[in-house]
Amino acid sequence: MTAIGSGELLTGWGRACPSAAWVVRPESAQDLEAFLREPGPHLPRGLGRSYGDAAQCAGGTVIDCTALDRVGELDRSGRIHVEAGCSLDALMRAIVPRGFFVPVTPGTRYVTMGGAIASDVHGKNHHRDGTISARVERLSLVTPTAQHECGPDREAELFWATAGGMGLTGVITDATLRLVPIETSRMLVDTERTEDLDTCMARMTEIDAEHRYSVAWVDSLASGRRLGRSVITVGDHAKISDLPDKMRDDPLGFNPRQLANVPFTPPVSLLNPLTVAAFNEAWYRRAPRRRTGELQAISTFFHPLDGVGSWNLLYGPRGFTQYQFVVPFGAEEVVRRVLERLSSARIASFLAVLKRFGEAGNGHLSFPTVGWTLALDLPLGEAGLGRILDELDELVAEAGGRVYLSKDGRVKPEILRSMYPRMDEWNGVRLAVDPRGVLVSDLSRRLGFAGPRCPRMARAVGGIHK
Amino acid sequence: MNDVTGMPQTVVVLGGGSDLSRAILRDLAGRRLSSVLLTGRSSARLESAADELRGLAVAKVETEELDVTEIQALENFADSAARRLGDIDMVLIAAGELGTAELTELDATTVASLATTNFTGPSAAMTAFARVLCAQGHGRIVVLSSVAGYRVRAANFVYGAAKAGLDGFALGLGDALAGSGVSVVVVRPGFVRTKMTEGRKPAPLAVDAPEVADAVVRGLETGAEVIWVPSVLRYLFGILRLVPRSIWRRMPG
Repeated sequence: MTAIGSGELLTGWGRACPSAAWVVRPESAQDLEAFLREPGPHLPRGLGRSYGDAAQCAGGTVIDCTALDRVGELDRSGRIHVEAGCSLDALMRAIVPRGFFVPVTPGTRYVTMGGAIASDVHGKNHHRDGTISARVERLSLVTPTAQHECGPDREAELFWATAGGMGLTGVITDATLRLVPIETSRMLVDTERTEDLDTCMARMTEIDAEHRYSVAWVDSLASGRRLGRSVITVGDHAKISDLPDKMRDDPLGFNPRQLANVPFTPPVSLLNPLTVAAFNEAWYRRAPRRRTGELQAISTFFHPLDGVGSWNLLYGPRGFTQYQFVVPFGAEEVVRRVLERLSSARIASFLAVLKRFGEAGNGHLSFPTVGWTLALDLPLGEAGLGRILDELDELVAEAGGRVYLSKDGRVKPEILRSMYPRMDEWNGVRLAVDPRGVLVSDLSRRLGFAGPRCPRMARAVGGIHK
Repeated sequence: MNDVTGMPQTVVVLGGGSDLSRAILRDLAGRRLSSVLLTGRSSARLESAADELRGLAVAKVETEELDVTEIQALENFADSAARRLGDIDMVLIAAGELGTAELTELDATTVASLATTNFTGPSAAMTAFARVLCAQGHGRIVVLSSVAGYRVRAANFVYGAAKAGLDGFALGLGDALAGSGVSVVVVRPGFVRTKMTEGRKPAPLAVDAPEVADAVVRGLETGAEVIWVPSVLRYLFGILRLVPRSIWRRMPG
């Protein structure tokens, strides 16, 4: 095992509230078990792509899981065994050329398998396939007290507390995943532009069922008549017969590259209302009114932002947050009011994504429930955003909706409890495997999961030790 | 924990009976504040401040008599505060005393006492809490400085000189703590109409305590490291600093 330094500043992808922790990087499950036996607080971390404070543990030990990254055998039925620190990028590079795809991918490939399960991630196919945990057959979990092999058919309570459990039930060390067979590494994509929110929602409702993947990009700054103008994209995995002849030689080629990299943090956010309005106008105009049957690479369709390394730096030193919520069908008005509120406050969201979720899974804290989900990246440099988001939380909670913990860095604890009615049940399962509360994150402290006091390692004795 | 919008849940206050700290805590109570430890010299004023916060639904409010000039007690106090509260998200240093700058009233003891109240005590307290916050890996120290320390003038030079020291100490400590997860925020109000300035003629651009509180909470949200109240003083004092001394010494009280 390698101990990196003695106190490192960690942040989420939004870079907004850094905290210092001791980082260890175990190279085997045995090393990891040894760490967990020490007094906490501890927390597993993957690639740090949750936006807020979910993968931080101030003053404690953060277990960097990325050294546990082996990809195991792929069996003929498309079942694969992977270690938890393996990224979806590495996994896709291993399986796509062999004719398989991950059952669910979020908007980036740079998440670990363990992180994906702990967040119970969803993708553009949620309306059809649900979250990633629906395709996990088995996972190994090291808790502070024992080692567990669990799945939907074995220690199911612990499995469902872990799927979406934000790393607070134990450290996932490996998982068995059921993959999806594909004929090619291309997507067959239809794009259409809609002039307002109602049209967008109506069209999405019409065409969703016909496609495996669907999502809408929304111009968050458009207001009035044009509020919610969008570009809808739907897609399916292309078959060999969909490819032109010259592509048929290598139908499963997959080698996405980074096109650019943000080299440093600019002194102020470059994503302000002016630049975002200009981008949004261009993006909307660029999109065809309607285009069908376009072939796109997997990375273009699923992970366009992965093409720009460290794009999160563009938000400047203060960073950003993502507000993602879901409300049940019938509460379309909430989506409209959220867009109106932000648009009227001139808070520009560079990324605003609307999607229809299908049925909820079984995870106690799993985010998706049937309805509309909207995700908005929001810069943090301006005062007033905190209060606005508090107002939006009320709207969402009243409608029976919820916010996504992997994106959150600011929801009120009492509101969160009303959004997740199975919180107490989850906490019961968690306390059974971690009775001393060794697993702690900044998020769990902020939201009061860990109780008012958390155990802390006494490391600083005299003088100020950074 | 501080949330991504900069709002603390747990706050320790030194000078908890002061008008400024009370106004700041009132604003924070409307956001995420759930636990407060108020300290100061006058337990009557602390209790009144505590009652107000309880009325604003802050779940846990404690008070403790603490004189920031009793330097020896500060290390222990910081440790015991951490034990009692768990995570300390923010430490508000609001202790201070205007005192006098009348040559007829000044003697060595008075100057030393004002320096201790306004500089030595607060700096020592910041040091003690910096240690505790570094160990917990996060947290923010917010210190009330003053424009009086930005360019010291005859009318309040004892107070101003001590604030100048405190301001410099806080900026330096903040820089030294870079990379630790702990940050220092320096607040530089102009003339604020409070108990401390009662009976004095307000300077131009004078503000009331709620305006200072509003600026501080906004600054926490935007991530400001230095907060001027009102904000125009940043530019005004940029210029005043350059005024020749022969003119500066004639600035009215």
